[in-house]
Amino acid sequence: MNMIGRRKIWYALSLLILIPGLISLMLRGLNLGIDFTGGSKLELHFEHAVTVEQVRTVLDNANIGKTEVQLAEGNNVIVRTHPLDQSQRNQLLESMKGQVGELSIRSDQTIGPTIGQELARNALLALLLAAIGMVAYISYRFEFKFAVAAIVALFHDILVVAGLFSIFYIEVDSTFVAAILTVFGYSINDTIVIFDRIRENLRKKKKDEPMDALVNRSVTETMTRSIITVLMVIFVLVALLFWGGASTRVFNLAMLIGVISGAYSSIFNASPIWYDLKQIEKAQRRAKMKAA
Amino acid sequence: MNARKTLQLVALILVVAVAAALSYGPIKQNAKLGLDLQGGLYVVLQAEETPDRKVTKEEMQQVQAIMEQRINGLGVAEPRIQLEGTNRLLIELAGIQDPDKAVDLIGKTAVLTFRTTDGKTVIEGKDLKEAKEALEPGSKTAIVQMTLNSEGAKKFADVTRANVGKPIGIYLDQDLLQNPTVTEPITGGQARITGYGSLEDARRIALLLNSGALPVKMDMVEKQTVGPTLGAESLDKSETAAIIGIGLIFAFMFLYYRVPGFVAIISLILYSVIVVGILTWLHATWTLPGIAGFLLSLGVAVDANVIIYERLKDELRHGKTLRTAIEDGFHRAFTTILDSNVTTLISVVVLYSLGTGPIRGFAITLGIGIVVSMFTAISFTRLLLRSAGGSGILNNKKLYGA
Repeated sequence: MNMIGRRKIWYALSLLILIPGLISLMLRGLNLGIDFTGGSKLELHFEHAVTVEQVRTVLDNANIGKTEVQLAEGNNVIVRTHPLDQSQRNQLLESMKGQVGELSIRSDQTIGPTIGQELARNALLALLLAAIGMVAYISYRFEFKFAVAAIVALFHDILVVAGLFSIFYIEVDSTFVAAILTVFGYSINDTIVIFDRIRENLRKKKKDEPMDALVNRSVTETMTRSIITVLMVIFVLVALLFWGGASTRVFNLAMLIGVISGAYSSIFNASPIWYDLKQIEKAQRRAKMKAA
Repeated sequence: MNARKTLQLVALILVVAVAAALSYGPIKQNAKLGLDLQGGLYVVLQAEETPDRKVTKEEMQQVQAIMEQRINGLGVAEPRIQLEGTNRLLIELAGIQDPDKAVDLIGKTAVLTFRTTDGKTVIEGKDLKEAKEALEPGSKTAIVQMTLNSEGAKKFADVTRANVGKPIGIYLDQDLLQNPTVTEPITGGQARITGYGSLEDARRIALLLNSGALPVKMDMVEKQTVGPTLGAESLDKSETAAIIGIGLIFAFMFLYYRVPGFVAIISLILYSVIVVGILTWLHATWTLPGIAGFLLSLGVAVDANVIIYERLKDELRHGKTLRTAIEDGFHRAFTTILDSNVTTLISVVVLYSLGTGPIRGFAITLGIGIVVSMFTAISFTRLLLRSAGGSGILNNKKLYGA
């Protein structure tokens, strides 16, 4: 497989997703849920069918500022508001019961605004620490250039996930952070397996085999494994996504996108980037020799 | 056919099957479900602080002691009440029937009162200066040493004078903490309460007494309740998803790799028994993210097998015998598995150390999974493959996918 020769195509394919994602991230960012912004979210189950208007009317009369209503299957309604204290919440539930109908609470969440800021800060710190740890380990076991290529591929995956979530404006919660960090830890796995093969093939390299052929061979040799492994994870994630219930949908969707992107970037980006870094090094060395 | 190796193969499979069957019951019985799977309440309390008034560790421990005292009365099987950082207290009450009542209870400010037998409040929290546990110098028994402020001392002198021989109840909110009997009038503002089993008991009471004297205002910065219906639904759906996900992996492995695929399935079952066993032994709580973490770790575990088998196929294609191919395949796959798993572990460790609550649970599950998977893939799978390869009944190379 000619991975290196066509690398400009692979880079272009990545940019095709990355650039719209980045633009969307810059223009409107992510659709942050109450885990980040603070607020209350009530999921109510009504005994009889209800309409958005009925719920809307109660909310408008409750005088609690901006609210959002969303109908879900099975007479369930999701209501989002600013952070409500216990008495505001109880009052709201009472008027819902009185004016809309008998209900039970499926879930109820209130988060203060400070928690969300911490969550975002911790997530960024975690990404940074994980990246440093990985660069250190890969530099120690392989070489610095492998580490750089691997990390670039990882940030590629994260940006693909965040970009797509921004473009489709899917609401993100705290599990999104966990998903991003897991993608970070998970897709490095694929990259390392390929790099490991390059390292091994470099050791017993024949004199007449050019570098691009060696990289192509290494990627091809590990291709079956790369595909099977990502398939296994996709099996699990698809099962979780379709049968696993709504509470972890954001997590599973982010993981699924990230894992697929991770498989792609491991095969089509990481090794070509490493190859390019190697070429740059070679060119520099040649230039230096000429100067001397 | 090699009888010894065949016997070994059959024995290994039987051992795994028996282990899985025997552990199923105890694990299912001892598995603790998080509030997202059985319903319940999760609350984060944060002390109100200003730049020049920081809460102390002592004060946070007092708050914790008060919450424990209050929640004890609610009848929750295993409440989790723990301090986090310098100014937060996490409370998790999985399976609680009436979360609203608990929220009201948790949100109250502590009221400490001393009451006489006729129910009259005679001393309040603000009259108390300090309470401290101590060992009585001569007898080494645990006591609580109570110091009242000047106004409190005056009141206390009057009360004790009027109640010699009678008990004075010490109440936190509506709970009777202590009912010590007055032996003599106490005029100096210094009182001793005796009759504790240990210094630990005395300390708990001292903390609670202080809480009445030193209330820290706690804000509820996060609250989450999950109804029992949603919890049961989530549990049900996770089980379905797990069965489908695992079923797909097993089916694929068997169809694609045949004999080694079957070996992988056996070693994945052993893997699951070990991981779930360790989690049960650690009293870990199963949550939705935890289940997702476990299923994803199955992906990692199966990957180790895939790496080994792809190597094995390579070696067989190079014309090696089955036996050397198995040995060389394992040998070469080892560094690959090690390097790829260590990098993943790095991010798991970071996730654990910076995450909270459910994210931590996810990281623990995934982390344990990765470590165990290295063990089962490298040692157990090898043992099984050696017996399968050596048994003589399964040595057609086609059966190994080559």
